[in-house]
Formats: sequence, structure tokens, C-alpha cells
Amino acid sequence: MTMRWSALRGKHVARPRARELLFQWEALLVLMLVATILIGSSITEAFLTGQNLSLASADLVEKAIMALGLTLVIIAGEIDLSVASVLGLSSAIVGATIDAGVPLGPAIALALLAGALCGLFNGLLVAKLGLPSLVVTLGTLALFRGLAFVVLGDRAVSEFPLAFTDFGFANVPGTLIPWTVVVFAALAVVTFVVLHGSWIGRDVYAIGNNAQAARFSGVEVDRIKIGLFVASGTLAALAGVVFTARFASARPDNALGFELDVVTAVLLGGVSIFGGRGSLVGVVLALFLIGALRNVLSLEDVAAEKQSIVIGALLIVSVVGTNALRGLQERAARRRPAPSRTEPSMEGGGGR
Amino acid sequence: MTKRMGSALIALLLALTLGVAACGDDDDGGNGGNGGGGGGGSAQAEGANVAFLPKQVDNPYFDVAAAGGEAAAKELGGQFKQVGPSEAAAPAQVPFINTLTSQGVDAIAVSANDPNALTQALKRADQAGVKIVTYDSDTAPEARSVFVNQADTEEIGRSQVQILGEQIGNKGEIAILSAASTATNQNAWIKFMKDELKKPEYKDMKLVKVAYGNDDDQKSFQETLGLIQAYPNLKGIISPTTVGIAAAARAIDSEGLKGKIKLTGLGTPNQMRKYVKNGTVEEFALWDPEQLGYLAYYAAAALASDQITGEEGETFDAGELGKKTIGADGVVILGPPTRFNKENIDDFDF
Amino acid sequence: MRPLARTVPVPPPEAAQAVEPVEEVRFGGRRLRARALLDVAGRVREAGIAVALALFVLVVAVIEPRFIEPNNLEEILLSVSILAIVAVGQTLVVLTRNIDLSVGSTVGLVAFVCADTLKGSPGTSVVLVVLLGVVLGAGLGVVNGLLVTVGRVPAIVATLGTLYIFRGLDFTIAGGKEVSASDVPDAYLDLATSRVLGIPVLILFAAVVVLIASLALRRMRSGRELYAIGSNPEAARLAGVPSGRLVFLAFVVCGALCGLAGVLWGARFATVDARAATGFELTVVAAVVVGGVNIFGGSGTAIGATLGAILLGTIENALSILKLNPFWLQAIQGAVIIAAVTLDAIVTRRLQRALRRARARR
Repeated sequence: MTMRWSALRGKHVARPRARELLFQWEALLVLMLVATILIGSSITEAFLTGQNLSLASADLVEKAIMALGLTLVIIAGEIDLSVASVLGLSSAIVGATIDAGVPLGPAIALALLAGALCGLFNGLLVAKLGLPSLVVTLGTLALFRGLAFVVLGDRAVSEFPLAFTDFGFANVPGTLIPWTVVVFAALAVVTFVVLHGSWIGRDVYAIGNNAQAARFSGVEVDRIKIGLFVASGTLAALAGVVFTARFASARPDNALGFELDVVTAVLLGGVSIFGGRGSLVGVVLALFLIGALRNVLSLEDVAAEKQSIVIGALLIVSVVGTNALRGLQERAARRRPAPSRTEPSMEGGGGR
Repeated sequence: MTKRMGSALIALLLALTLGVAACGDDDDGGNGGNGGGGGGGSAQAEGANVAFLPKQVDNPYFDVAAAGGEAAAKELGGQFKQVGPSEAAAPAQVPFINTLTSQGVDAIAVSANDPNALTQALKRADQAGVKIVTYDSDTAPEARSVFVNQADTEEIGRSQVQILGEQIGNKGEIAILSAASTATNQNAWIKFMKDELKKPEYKDMKLVKVAYGNDDDQKSFQETLGLIQAYPNLKGIISPTTVGIAAAARAIDSEGLKGKIKLTGLGTPNQMRKYVKNGTVEEFALWDPEQLGYLAYYAAAALASDQITGEEGETFDAGELGKKTIGADGVVILGPPTRFNKENIDDFDF
Repeated sequence: MRPLARTVPVPPPEAAQAVEPVEEVRFGGRRLRARALLDVAGRVREAGIAVALALFVLVVAVIEPRFIEPNNLEEILLSVSILAIVAVGQTLVVLTRNIDLSVGSTVGLVAFVCADTLKGSPGTSVVLVVLLGVVLGAGLGVVNGLLVTVGRVPAIVATLGTLYIFRGLDFTIAGGKEVSASDVPDAYLDLATSRVLGIPVLILFAAVVVLIASLALRRMRSGRELYAIGSNPEAARLAGVPSGRLVFLAFVVCGALCGLAGVLWGARFATVDARAATGFELTVVAAVVVGGVNIFGGSGTAIGATLGAILLGTIENALSILKLNPFWLQAIQGAVIIAAVTLDAIVTRRLQRALRRARARR
């Protein structure tokens, strides 16, 4: 929260400039989403059909679940690049255990536990040893993916109990909403409440803004960071279970490279890479936007890699645009006499 | 806080509207775009909207097959297109099946990276009225109506061992450089290769390793180098995949080992010509992928126009290839494999 | 209080400071200047990797003597030459507290364009093709540089975007085609297989790049200024270092090196399609990190990054020669990255404690 001189009111107002900007960002995302839907439906009539929207939303679910956890981690000022590898490991564990005859329930539980442990590993290295999360999770990206290969080897398991693949594939009876989307929706609501309505969320923002200051004000920074990584790992493992069910395929290279898409979605959603800013609504909107864009382009037979040009450009333009916007605002603010404290901005150059 | 709630509400409203719109469309059979070509059962398989979904795109073998499909489409007055993933993995094929279902094509001809992983997606396509044909690499039989096999599976597998045996005097360590570890056709052939090796005449030939190049050129190249490093007494390599044999030939050649390690497998004449001429490869086999694609299209079109349903004994017209009969399990065979060597390699251009 | 303190914001205690007034410190019982101390620490780090590498090679050689056959050692160096070139470029960027995630896409794009050009006009001289590759890579680096310096986009975001964009462009240009060994003149493929004075040309390329970069970072003023930018951007700016220009240049040079690597990639792997070098960026960052380059900038050397690349390549080769399950490779590489970073953190903490004790004594 910053104090800003409001000429209108003739005094310093606690106007949250950052949040204002963010609300504009979310509105922008909504606009882009609506535009995409309108343009998409005019390009191809196959877009706005129940069948297609159902399949398209199912396609999003794993990345969306991972994005929930990653949002929390990034707002706290860290990053977790290992999410896709945890997904792969979880998928491998589900496959290997079911292949070995273990019943479905314990297999899933084991996979989730593995995800939590992976998160714990990340969290301990980052919080207790103070290692930079970019590098730690880069290492665990390789480590966990490697473990997935060790667990499953060269084989891929594709025979699963019907109940499992039905969950991954079927819709809620009577509607076209896939079960997996329901799972995501529930998780999203929970994450929203945690982030925006609980003390944990407030602490997460505090840590992201200034970890030292947060520590001095009594926030248990280490414990929360570890908890965030554990959450991220568990959610990634859950995404792995969903992935395996949906594709009826457990392979160690499942979701290879997904982390980029997930990070892109979170950043596009308005979460600052430096931490301390962002909202879950933005991230969910960004996920919808990316999903809609990819779906429309797929229906036009545009290859996935070419679709990525649009996504990459969108990411860059959104940041450049925001910087330009803020640059204009700052220039306007500087013309006013009152001192306004500058805040950490999304600036490049010497920063990361 | 209220502003955030506001945007959350907007997002929720949007989702609900979409949901209502979506549910509304459920009446017309679940997909809006299924207009397409032949739904009527006329005597001649007429033009249908068929899509090919190979193991991976940008693979010369599948590109040649696609050319065959296009030729067939032209003859029948139908539509053809090819889509697919850039890496040969089953989960990567599923989104394409979903997209094709949404687009409402009449039939899909798919070469599967995994026998079981595509089943659910294919079943859903089937429910939406899309006919399913497999070619080159099969899925579980319940997920498709017809499988167009390039040659008899057992014959392919056994002949590979026979060709290599001839070249190394039936003696020595050999390895197999395969494609994806789950590829149905690869595993089917390898099974017969291993069985062939059990015969008494091959008692001095030992299979030391099956490596997987995933139909990725670089990976196949590096796997071959790895085999050469790890097994200094390696006498021969079988690579029953066009990407694999091309990469292996390059690896053997660049290590200066041509002639010392014999290489055979399944390759395209164009990719292998240089290596046959310089002695890296003496003989290898394949069939005509263009004919395979051609036949697959005809089969798909026949299904789409309700001429056949995939039962044993049914026949359908396959243009230049004449009349084809469906065998057990809905399998149609193209013909016997061809062997390529120095004498005949210049006769072919694919 | 030194006058500098009033205008420079208080640096966070975590960052090691290269722009430090000279002070004497007790470390290991010797009196050393602080700047020299960090130099020593850096060199200790490189020595550390070298020692680890030597030990590793020794152990494996005992188990399997074929490992240290000159043939095999050469094979290792060949396999990491391209990685080393890109790792050096990445080092330049990381030193300034930035990162370039688009290196894989750049290498792939240049590899295809060069191979395709040769396919279309086989008479083109190889030298021209190399130049084309370097210039194209530099051009892509310009995009990154502009985004980061002028656009003020955080490097990780900018290069994530360009990773996607360049790879997409690669696919669009390639249009599903591939260029195979028989399509390009042998002169091009010879880049990867021929020798000069018995040493493979590929290794020579890498060696020259590492040497030049090393000298530039140590002797050239701009080189040393990269370190300043990375360890304390504000201080560097106030001290008159042209940060914007240097960061921009770092990205351009990194891109140029990726371009060179792309040309060599096409020559070595011969069959090039739009998928070439996918995921390469992670290997590059791994090599850089293992090589002792601090991800937050300010310390690290080109030689260190190269040693990191060699270590990773050696592990891969060892696994294959020992016929160990190749599936352990990624897991081991991940473990090596984590071990390297943990070690770095411990050493840095000891250094900081020493510095703090010295400062407290004044």
C-alpha cells in the first residue's frame, strides 16, 4: 500500500496504486478473453460447441492445477520450475504401482505423498539453506524427472482400472462438464480463499514484498515457504494423477516442458515475477485466455509450436505494455509536487 | 478487496454463460460441426473427409504415406489432411483426436504410439460418429474398426533377423535400435525377432540390448554411439524404424566403423541411398509407404460410407490395389516387404 | 562514514560485493585484500570443479580403463563443445544478473536456417554460412537485449517469451521439412568431423571462444564492468558504468555465440528439423550453475562454465561406458546441480562471515 498525493482530495490517500493497476490488468484479460471468444467463434463454427468447450477445458486442467500452486510460490518471491517433473514422477508412480497390482486408492495416495515430499525437498533447500529457488528447482526439475525414469524405466503403463480412466474422461452425468474440471474448480476456490481471505495469504504477500521485514514483524517465513513448496508439489502430483487418468498413459516423459506454460500463465495473470503482487483471479483468467487461444488455433490446424508464438508475444506485450503504462503514470505523478515513494517495479535492465 | 471480488464475479459470470451456451448445444448430438462428407451408404466409396494422424509429423516415412492418402482422396473426390504431434508419444496424439472430433471429420486413420493410451479418446470420437482406422501401428482392436497392416507382422520381424544373420555369418553380439518403447508395431516385430533368435541356427548370435531412439534423429544418433561405446564387440544392429536406421548409419559412418558393424532395418531408399552406396548398409527392407497410405484412405472412406464395418470376410475396393479382403480381427494386409540393396536401390524414389 | 554510503541504498546483506573499497581480511590465516579474496574464492571454485572432475575421471577409469582412452576423452570433449560455446554466452548474461532462456530456440532456429540455406544453394562457402549463423544469432540477441534494456521486461519473462517466439518461427520457416545429411555439402559436415593438427575443429572452436571470453572478462574494462552490474546494479550505475549498453551487448554476444553453436549443431547432427535443440536451455543453465557462476550475477567465469559443461558431459559418458542404467542420468545431473549450488552457498556464507568480522573490527 503506498501513500499517494491526491490533488482531488487535497491530502495523502492510501490509494493502493499497485492494486489499481492490477485491477486494470484483470479487466484487460477479460477483454482479451471476450475478444478471443468472439473472434474464435466467427473463424470456426466448431469452437462454441459444447463438445469442443468440454474437451478444451479438460485440456487445461493439469496446467491449471499446477498454476494454482505456482501462483502462491511466485507471489512469495520464489519460483518452482520442477512442477512438470513432479507431475511426471507422480504419473510414473501411479503407473508403476498399478502395474504391480496395487489398488487404485493407495496408488494415488502414494503419488500425492511423493509430490508432497518433493515439495518438502524444494522447500527445505530454499528456506533452510537459503538457496536461490530458480537454481534449486532447476536441479529438482532434472532430479525428479530422472526419478520418474528410474521408477518406470522405458515402459509406459496404459492399462488402468475403468473407474480411473472414466474419471479422467467422463463428464458429470447430464452435463458436458468434465469431472476433472470440477476438481480444478474446487481447488481454485480453496486457493482463492487461502490467498485472498486468510492470514496465510497476507503473510505470503508480505514475504513476497520484503521477506526480511516480514520476518522482523513475526511472520514465520521459513515455515510458510516450506508449506508453499509442499503445496505446489502436492498439487503437481494431483495434476499428474489427473493427467494419467485423462490420457490413460503413465510415461516418465509425461508433461515434459509443461512448466513453461504454467509459468507463462501465472505471469500473464498479472503476478509479478519479483513477488508481492498478483491475484488468483488474474491467473485463472489468463489460463482461460491461453486455453481459448490454443483451442481456436488448434481447430484451425495451427501447430502447437506456432500457437506458442502468440502466447509468447502476448506475454511480452503485456509486460511491456504495463511498464509503458506505469512509466506514463510515474511521469504524471512526478509533475505533482508531493513526494511519492517509488515501489519495486517490473523493471528489467539491471534486475532479473 | 471489492475490486478483486468484482473481477472474480465477472469471471464467474463468463464461465456460467459459456456453460449454459455449451449445454444448450448438447441437443444436436454433441458436436456442432459434423456436416462433412459421406454419411449415406452408396455403393461406391465416395469422397469422405479423412484425416491422417501419424505417430509424428515431419517424418519422411509418414509424409510419403500421406502422399498416398492424398492420391486416394483425389481419386475418390474426398478431402484429406494430416495432423500430428512433433514427438512420437501417445499423450501427444490425444489432443489431435479431440480436435478432429470437434471438427467433425468423417474418419481418422491413426498410427498409434501406444496400444492402449488412445482407446478412450478414440472411443469418444467413435461415439461422435467418427470412423477409426489404424495403419502402420495398431491400437487395441476395440478402439478401431480396421487395421491396415503394411505386411505380415511375423514376416517382418523374422526377416530382419535373417537379413542381419546373413551379413554377420549368424555369429556375434547384436543390438536393436527401436523407436518409442511403447510403439505397438515395434514391440510386435521385436517379439518375433527374439523368437527367431531362439532358433538353433542363431545360437551364436546374441541380442545384448534394445535401445530406444523415440523416432528422434538426435536421440537415435546418440543411442547408437552409446551402443558402440558400451559394446566394443558389437557386430550388428537392427533398426526397424526409418528414423533410427538413418541416424544409426550416420553414427556408424562418422565413427569410421562401416563394414565392421553391420546395419540393417527398415528404411526409405532415399535416406539410405548414400549409405548403401558407401558400404555402411548392405541390405535393408521396407514396403511402399505410399501404397500403405493409399490403402488406409480407401479403407477409411469405405468405412465412412458404411460399405464395410470391419468384420472378417468383408471386401472393399481399393482403387489401384484392387479388391481387398478383411482378415481376422479387422486386419487388412498390404503385401510382402521389399528388400533393398545396391542392385535395386536406384529404382525407387521415396 | 564513507560518502558513498549516503547515495547508495543499503545493499541487502545477502549479496556479495565486488565494488568494495580495499580492506584487509583474515582468511585462512593470511592477510588478503577483499577484492583479491573474492578473486581467490572464484579461482578456488574453478579449482574445485577441476578437482571433482579429476577425481571422478580417476574413479571411473579404475573401474573401466576404456574410459580414459584418448578416443573416449576426445568423444567427451566433442560432445560438450557446442554446450560450452553456449554456456559461455549464457555466463555473460548471467553475470549481469539476467538470464537467457531462449538459447535453445536460437540454436535450433539458426541450425535449421543455415542447413536449409546450404540445401538450397550447395555452392555457398562454409565461411559465409558461419557468418550468416553468427549474424542471425546476434540479431535474435538484439531482440532480447532491447526487451530487457529498453522494454524493461525482466529477463526471465522476456526470454521466456522469445523462447516461444523463436521456436515458433523455427517451425514456421521449417514448414515440416527436415534437412538431412545427404542434402548438405560435405564441406559443411566436415566442420564437425575434420581436424587441424590432430585436434577436432569442433573442439578448437570451443577452445577459442572460451579463451577469448575469459580474457575479455578479466582484462577488458567492459568485462569487469559486467561483474559490477551483476553484484550491485545501483552502485554500478552511479559509478558511471553504462549498464544498459553493456547488458544489451551481453545479450547480443550471447545470441551470436548461440548462432555459432547453431551452425556447428547442424554440422554435427546433420539431420536438422524444427525440433533441434529443444530444451537445450536447461542444460546450458545447468552447466553454468555447476560451473560456479552465481545465478544472481556478480561472480563466475567462462572457464568455470566450461568446466561445468565438461563435468556434465563426462558424467553422461561415464554412465554409458559403465553400462549403467541411462535413466539415472537426469537424476544424477539434477543432483549435481543441487550439490554445486549448496556448496557455493556454504562457501559464500563463510566468506561473508569473514568479511563481516573484518568490517566489525574496524
